Amino acid sequence: MAEATVQPVAGNLPSRSPLLILGLSWLVPGGGHFLLGKRGRGALIFGSVALSFVLGLLMRGAMFLPKSGDILTTLIQYGGFVADLSSGLFYLVSIWLGYAQEDMAGHSHDYGAKFLVAAGLLNILAMVDAWDIATGKKD
Amino acid sequence: MKLSHFETSVIFALLSSIVLGVVTKRTDQERLRYGLHCFGYFLAALFGIGWLMHFLHG
Repeated sequence: MAEATVQPVAGNLPSRSPLLILGLSWLVPGGGHFLLGKRGRGALIFGSVALSFVLGLLMRGAMFLPKSGDILTTLIQYGGFVADLSSGLFYLVSIWLGYAQEDMAGHSHDYGAKFLVAAGLLNILAMVDAWDIATGKKD
Repeated sequence: MKLSHFETSVIFALLSSIVLGVVTKRTDQERLRYGLHCFGYFLAALFGIGWLMHFLHG
């Protein structure tokens, strides 16, 4: 006789590798939370990061590149690059599709660049949260 | 797409508050309350600094 399959629910999920959760959280914002059964939180994170990133693109914000120069330029360029890269798949797909907005004058472009950076920074917060959940430090 | 400084600030405040609320607290009620607090503080800073600049610039 066939046994009934048990559907995983929040709180009854098999333990996942925290590194897998961290990697998935980076690649797909909110993905780690989904894998951990925190679907509502995952959806909110995904929506927030996606909206921030898309608005950044629509405002034609520039992506930062890892360029060196004086200490302030290096700090801004590398910091911005890490933040942009933290958006995961959004960043990778936009670069793959050829998005290469040059840094140019104009408040709209400037806001756009900040929204792109903010998307990545928000995702870093989500990655840390997913890590904490995966390692049992919080629910 | 062109948004005003006010519009971009409010959207930024909203998105940041959502994520801060989601990742910071332990219960849904605490998360909601913290998110609303953050949004309120963002708006207070937006209007407060806006008026401050208005008076400083004359």
